[in-house]
Amino acid sequence: MKKENNKTGHPDDRITLDYGSGGLKTSELIERILLPAFDNPALSSLGDGALLTGNRQLVFSTDSFVVTPWRFPGGDIGKLSVCGTVNDVCMAGGEPKYLSLSFILEEGFLFSDFRDIVASIAREAKKAGVSIVTGDTKVVEAGKCDGIYINTAGIGFQRVSLPGKTGIRPGDAVLISGTIGCHGAAVMMARSGLLSDDSPLVSDCRLLHEISKAALTAKDAVRILRDPTRGGVATTLNEFTEQMPFSIELDEAALPLDAPVEAACHMLGLDPLYCACEGRMLVVCDPAASGKILAAIRQVPGGEQAARIGTVTEDMPGKVLLKTSIGGQRILPRLTGIQLPRIC
Amino acid sequence: MLYENWFKNPGDVDLILQKIREYSDKTGPIRLMEVCGTHTMSIARSGIKSILPENVQLLSGPGCPVCVTPANMIDMILALSRQSEILIASYGDLLRVPGSARGDSLLKRRAEGGNVESVYSPVDALRLAGEHLDKEVVFLGVGFETTAPGTAACILEAASRRLTNFSVLCLLKKTEPALRSLIEAPDFAIDGFLCPGHVAAIIGADRFSFLPDDYGLPGVVAGFEAADLLCSILELTRMLAEKRPALKNEYTRLVRPDGNPAALSLMDKVFCSAPSHWRGLGYIEGSGYAIREEYAPWDAVKKFSLSPPAAVEIPGCQCAQVIRGVTRPADCPLFRNVCSPSGPVGPCMVSGEGACAAAYQYE
Repeated sequence: MKKENNKTGHPDDRITLDYGSGGLKTSELIERILLPAFDNPALSSLGDGALLTGNRQLVFSTDSFVVTPWRFPGGDIGKLSVCGTVNDVCMAGGEPKYLSLSFILEEGFLFSDFRDIVASIAREAKKAGVSIVTGDTKVVEAGKCDGIYINTAGIGFQRVSLPGKTGIRPGDAVLISGTIGCHGAAVMMARSGLLSDDSPLVSDCRLLHEISKAALTAKDAVRILRDPTRGGVATTLNEFTEQMPFSIELDEAALPLDAPVEAACHMLGLDPLYCACEGRMLVVCDPAASGKILAAIRQVPGGEQAARIGTVTEDMPGKVLLKTSIGGQRILPRLTGIQLPRIC
Repeated sequence: MLYENWFKNPGDVDLILQKIREYSDKTGPIRLMEVCGTHTMSIARSGIKSILPENVQLLSGPGCPVCVTPANMIDMILALSRQSEILIASYGDLLRVPGSARGDSLLKRRAEGGNVESVYSPVDALRLAGEHLDKEVVFLGVGFETTAPGTAACILEAASRRLTNFSVLCLLKKTEPALRSLIEAPDFAIDGFLCPGHVAAIIGADRFSFLPDDYGLPGVVAGFEAADLLCSILELTRMLAEKRPALKNEYTRLVRPDGNPAALSLMDKVFCSAPSHWRGLGYIEGSGYAIREEYAPWDAVKKFSLSPPAAVEIPGCQCAQVIRGVTRPADCPLFRNVCSPSGPVGPCMVSGEGACAAAYQYE
């Protein structure tokens, strides 16, 4: 253990309360781990706030990340904290530029794990083309948080002004950029200790900056973009239809599903339509442009399985309906609370 | 394509539906009951009711373990969760079930700092006991013959490991006595049964032959995919049209005539028959499982000297009638008015498998 400490240049192998004191240890954490990872002029000045240049319409979003386990198949809390906020900025029609990054660390968290998470954040930020320009670190007593929590906020320049759900019209097409529910299913399986290292079930956690840009090639046709995170596709679509004069009908047979996700959900008694996606995008658009948009999304890595999954209708205003694979129809309701495993 | 997707082929479905239509034209209106909660869910989620001919009505029976657990048992569990040394390990869908006080549930107790864990199987509860030697882990053994063997295996495992901080609150129930009680009630009006496939996998398909033998009612042991259910409905409709009630096994890929002998022997080793209180059906002799005397140290009822408070019925709630197929969810005066999945009054609205929740959400 000592050897490894020497290699990383840290006398401690675990985060202690001292690292959140604001004193020398805090500076050490910032200077040795954070600054080298996120190197940029706005951050290096270490002011109380970052000075940014820009004279365009801004998009601003924030999200907090508390995922357990913090490392899951296909990603970790660091990658997720960049993807989550960058994706939100993208969904609002923005081109992400700057991120803030705040950690809440539990006393006793391993330094080596913290370094891995920071490296993961740096890697993802670079991919997204965003700079981490301000941040904060707090350490709380053991037992007061679950290892590590991260908050990020993101600022982007507005690429296009989307009409949003009030722009949705009967006849519009509903598209998704890839398979459904992979993140939620992977995390649930990992949490239940049911995943082996070679499991094909991996989170879909990924950046959507390229995919959303591709969708906006037909920008006048796009009504709304949304990443179906918490609550999954069914919940997001219900948010679209709620109190609106239209319904959305999904075609069960057209839903892109990964076999491992289907199998995991079947076993755990979950529904993929309610499992979170962390790298998928829903698009509602003019049906005339749906082919063009799908083709553009499919050109982008991660968008290969994009599909049209439904249509905006007037059948049952306010509701989301599912045309089942056997030709039946049912309502796709909002979730009451968290999905709970069933008895048998 | 997943194995179970083989059972959703639209071409096959059309053929089966056409046959059901032909037979149901001969039978006139018929009422079929699915006994198992997982069938209720499967029917709701595949949209089967929306494609069946008008003559065929499907009703949910007493096969949702959460729904048939009476409120006073939940009260007893909630009281137990108040003790700081106790860690309650429960299947997820029991967490939201209110006791006789509306809004009080294990999920609420957990938010208030109670030790409540959601588990997938009793094995997880056993693991929790191993990890928390300072706590008394109580597993809520709810369910039918399906969950009984796993629960029995865990009691045997705890006994062999001399794990003394693990016990089971045994609320396990038997299907047959409940069905008999339902059939013998004066307001019984069901023409045939979709028998629970998972239960039959344990006890054997033959154990449901009392339906035609004693009551002249047709029964089909059914699987859980859309085509399983449609084939089973077709069989029931055919038997009713031909007036030749029998017991059929549609779920032959999993269910044997004599069931699973290994599971049955585990159950026999650990459990004995006991009277059990059912919501909607009341006390039924021999309808439950109790833990045998030799495993008393793992019996939470004996370990903590538990006795349920007096039974309380919730005013206005028709769950008892819904469970017997006498009332449809939409006919209950509370349905959608004061009772909804986010503010459930009765258990049929709480459980994902409950008839009311399925009707509220999917129809």
